[in-house]
Amino acid sequence: MDALEKLNQHLEDYPYVGGFTLSDADFQTWKGLSAVEVVPYDHVTRWYRNIATYQEEFCTAKTQTTTMQLIDKDSVEELSSLILQSLSKTNEELNSILLAAELNIDHQKVTGAIRSLLAHEGLISTKDVSEKRIQLSEEGLDMANHGSHEYKLFMTVGVNGVSQKEVQALPFAKVGIPKAMAAKWIGTVKEGNDVKLVQKIAPESVLDKVGELLKQIKLGSKFDDKEMADLKKRKLVSEVVIKGFLVGKGSKFSTEISKPELDLTAEMIQNKTWTDKTFKKYNFDALGVEPPSGHLHPLMKVRSEIRQIFFQMGFSEMPTNRYVESSFWNFDALFQPQQHPARDAHDTFFIEGLLRSQKYKYNWKEEEAQKNVLRTHTTAVSAKQLFLLAGEGKNAYRPAKMFSIDRVFRNETLDATHLAEFHQVEGVIVERNLSLAHLIGIFTEFFKKLGIENLKFKPTYNPYTEPSMEIFAYHEGLRRWVEIGNSGMFRPEMLLPMGFPPNVNVAGYGLSLERPTMIRYGINNIRDLFGPKVDLEMIQKAPICRLDKTS
Amino acid sequence: MPTIGVKKSVIDRHFSKVYNQEEFETLCFEFGLELDEVTSEKAAVEKERGSAAAANLSSEEIYKIEIPANRYDLLCIEGLSRAMNVFTGGKQPRYAVERKPELERIVVRKEVEGVRPFVVGAILRDISFNEDSYASFIDLQDKLHQNICRKRTLASMGTHDYDTIKGPFFYNAEKPKDIQFAPLNQTRQYLADELLTAYETKPEYAHLKPYVPIIKDKELYPVIRDSNGVLCSLPPIINSDHSKISLNTKNVFIEVTATDLQKATIVLDTIVIMFSQYCKNEFTVEPVEIFYEADGRTEEYPKLAYRKEKVEVESINNKIGFLLEAAEMAQLLTRMGLVAEVLDEKHLEVEVPPNRHDILHECDIAEDVGIAYGFNKLELKLPESNTVAQPFPLNAVSELLRAEVAMTGWTEALNFALCSRDDVSTKLLDSNGLDNAVKIANPKTLEFQIARTTLLPGLLKTLASNRDMPLPLKIFECQDIIKKDDQSDTGAKNERRLAAVYYNKAAGFEIIHGFLDRVMRLLDVKPKKDGTGYYIEAEDAPSFFPGRCAAIYGPKGVKLGHLGVLHPKVILAFGLTLPTSAVELNIEPFI
Repeated sequence: MDALEKLNQHLEDYPYVGGFTLSDADFQTWKGLSAVEVVPYDHVTRWYRNIATYQEEFCTAKTQTTTMQLIDKDSVEELSSLILQSLSKTNEELNSILLAAELNIDHQKVTGAIRSLLAHEGLISTKDVSEKRIQLSEEGLDMANHGSHEYKLFMTVGVNGVSQKEVQALPFAKVGIPKAMAAKWIGTVKEGNDVKLVQKIAPESVLDKVGELLKQIKLGSKFDDKEMADLKKRKLVSEVVIKGFLVGKGSKFSTEISKPELDLTAEMIQNKTWTDKTFKKYNFDALGVEPPSGHLHPLMKVRSEIRQIFFQMGFSEMPTNRYVESSFWNFDALFQPQQHPARDAHDTFFIEGLLRSQKYKYNWKEEEAQKNVLRTHTTAVSAKQLFLLAGEGKNAYRPAKMFSIDRVFRNETLDATHLAEFHQVEGVIVERNLSLAHLIGIFTEFFKKLGIENLKFKPTYNPYTEPSMEIFAYHEGLRRWVEIGNSGMFRPEMLLPMGFPPNVNVAGYGLSLERPTMIRYGINNIRDLFGPKVDLEMIQKAPICRLDKTS
Repeated sequence: MPTIGVKKSVIDRHFSKVYNQEEFETLCFEFGLELDEVTSEKAAVEKERGSAAAANLSSEEIYKIEIPANRYDLLCIEGLSRAMNVFTGGKQPRYAVERKPELERIVVRKEVEGVRPFVVGAILRDISFNEDSYASFIDLQDKLHQNICRKRTLASMGTHDYDTIKGPFFYNAEKPKDIQFAPLNQTRQYLADELLTAYETKPEYAHLKPYVPIIKDKELYPVIRDSNGVLCSLPPIINSDHSKISLNTKNVFIEVTATDLQKATIVLDTIVIMFSQYCKNEFTVEPVEIFYEADGRTEEYPKLAYRKEKVEVESINNKIGFLLEAAEMAQLLTRMGLVAEVLDEKHLEVEVPPNRHDILHECDIAEDVGIAYGFNKLELKLPESNTVAQPFPLNAVSELLRAEVAMTGWTEALNFALCSRDDVSTKLLDSNGLDNAVKIANPKTLEFQIARTTLLPGLLKTLASNRDMPLPLKIFECQDIIKKDDQSDTGAKNERRLAAVYYNKAAGFEIIHGFLDRVMRLLDVKPKKDGTGYYIEAEDAPSFFPGRCAAIYGPKGVKLGHLGVLHPKVILAFGLTLPTSAVELNIEPFI
């Protein structure tokens, strides 16, 4: 029996040569036949056309099979190696776009591989290249695979013709009928009430130019604009620009990529293998590894810094390790009469139960003076130090500069800027004929060291100093004057009973430690700075404290 | 410091010149006042209760001015403008007492002695109030009550329409049930005790509630009645409605009752000095005679005493740091409302007017010279003596130690010296935890009831707020704790401690032990048991896991503290979930 006849019989029952699945046998057989010789055999004809639609896939399937054997498409390493191998065989540059087309893989995968090769210095060189590419629209792709609408229509009409009504329902009919008519492939015949479409030329003389052109384009062939004008008009193709690389050999070209070393090791130095190793490039934009470290609290850092400033200026540190103080030293010795409103204004923490007689025999027996309190200011300590300095009333005197930075306590309502305890910074100067001008002079130097220069002074009232001045500094950020400290000359009513000679004056100034710290470290809520709610990360991240550089 | 709020339009009427805000601010600053805030009734209410509540209020500018706490004479616009006008070149008025042949009298009954013993009084004749001056008059009384009168405990004043009552007046102390009257702005008659109960409990009287305790528990309440027995006031609580003053009052009778006569004198002087400005006979006041029935003595008020103070030119020059002639100084003092006479090159005699009760000493006059001269114009000087600075040894060691401990990889925490009772007792499983604690008599919050006796609670709370940080957590603190101490004059003393906690998935006793060893190495103390070094010895302590705690002994066998693994109950009590080991020791023996 004729082979074709046999095939026809087989295909009457099965869609493919191999049975129900498409196989290489179909393509092999298909290749050996021509469109004309199959015409007498209905089933072979049907099969032939069907396989023709696979023809293109068949071709790529073949190429794919070969490249698939070569590389794993998803493996950057293998792709890179392929690129190197290709380069080694020629002195020509390799176009990434063409390579992607050749391998039929996504162009981005190729450029990814090229980039990974670029990490090896001198291995390859690249130039940018771009290419205009004709891209098939969805409809165009369909035509490239299955023939143009008019061709499909022509084939559907077949040698016996079909009713127009029937054909009109098909998706390609709307475009296919007028196009096929225009090409004079088909015509119409009236049969009773029905209009029948019939082939006007033999199938073998039909040349599906549009379908072929699209098929060629899909395979990468190029055509001039004129040839494609019709395709563009029918929106079957569009132009896109693809950016790629022209890859050439670099100065240190090699087909072998030695895996880059992460780090220089002792072994490499000993064996001198470092000379022919490549090393992985560092990302210098990344942060380094945080060293394991301990940290000092920012408030204490500022405290240390201010302490040093006092030392630089010749101030000795007062012993302030005494939070519980008698009302006598906290108030009375500071000329705050027991019924003075200023005394009431201190919302004081009084101590329960501890009522002891005064060690220093002052003529002040009131119970009020003996009440112990949590000191409301470090001046309580200063007062006692002044008393000791005056020689416990024995008229001894020497000039002195003293300071303290320590905690004080106020029984106040807490908010973002107020705590029940905070640190007070205080400086005291004792000298014969010391004047307000000296006081201003010394704290001007002090604030200069804190980075605060633009000062002005407002007369104010403090119970134990007269004259008294509030110190204001111009805040560049807030664009206004802000109070930064208080100061004054201690009242003679306080100094004379202590035993200072009448012409010895004592001046003092004070500020809080928290305020400059909050400004220095940009902290808005005092509870984020002081107390158990502190964020350890804030402590760890706090820079060193250079007060003169910040304000 | 007290603050007064005055409408800008009223300021402009009283001041000799209309100032813009910046000029006014500068003037205040130089004089020692502070323009605290520029607001309006509307803005103030808006801020507190939203714009709806403030819709109908005036948006006229109000200046809030901060006044020094000792300048009672600046607590109203009358006094403030007078002082500032003099400061800018105006003339200071002279205040005078104008006696009538027959003085009005307040008889002080002896019953009042143990209750509120003093009273002073004065009469302002032919006064004309307008809405602003009337408001200022009421406001000044309130300001004085709050400040110098210490919330009416030391003194309190009542002002009455003199034409509704008839002297002589009687200042007496009566049983609450015998006192019945209609209080200010009410028509109903109240018994005194009934009235106090109302003031104490009803929200509409919240402004009077704070004064109730001043007399509530006394057997007798102080009262002032006129010659017909009409009750004028129940000091220091409220006046009667009968004698209340109004915008139309022509003659004002002022009485000030007190436990402190000096304060009463100042208050009376201040009131009459300020408001005699509106009398037909400007700046004069009619005195009142006080007759003490107990001893028959009589006194006359107000005093309005002008006092002379002799001051040394050199001493003032030395105090402020300039070199002024006596005459220059006298000239400057005029700007402060003080008349100074040059006695000779070296001396001035300064007349202190009765409104300047703040001037106690030459240094107060020196300050006024300084203010008039301008603090900001002083030429800066530096002290001439050389002083060699010394650190306080305890702080010097602490500073070095803290830095070194941080170098070993521990992070410094900083906690409050105050804590709750539970923090050192129940939460630390220490039933005796409060024995040595210094307790606060008037705590406002649970957080601050006692002074800490250990650094541990603060460190554990710091861990609790940082549980999301990568493990292990290693924190330390080198600060003072406070404990009772019989040897100290206050019965309490500070102790410098170093404490550290280690928080990780396993207890890590060896870590905390290593911390101790490192600290001892830093302090140059060797691990020896012969009395020269340090050692640890098993000893259970309440907060630690049994068998996982040791006491630390230093040179001479002094016990320094404990180290160990904290008891799981302690860990949970502070809101922690992982094993925690801790060390705490006294570092004072190493100073």
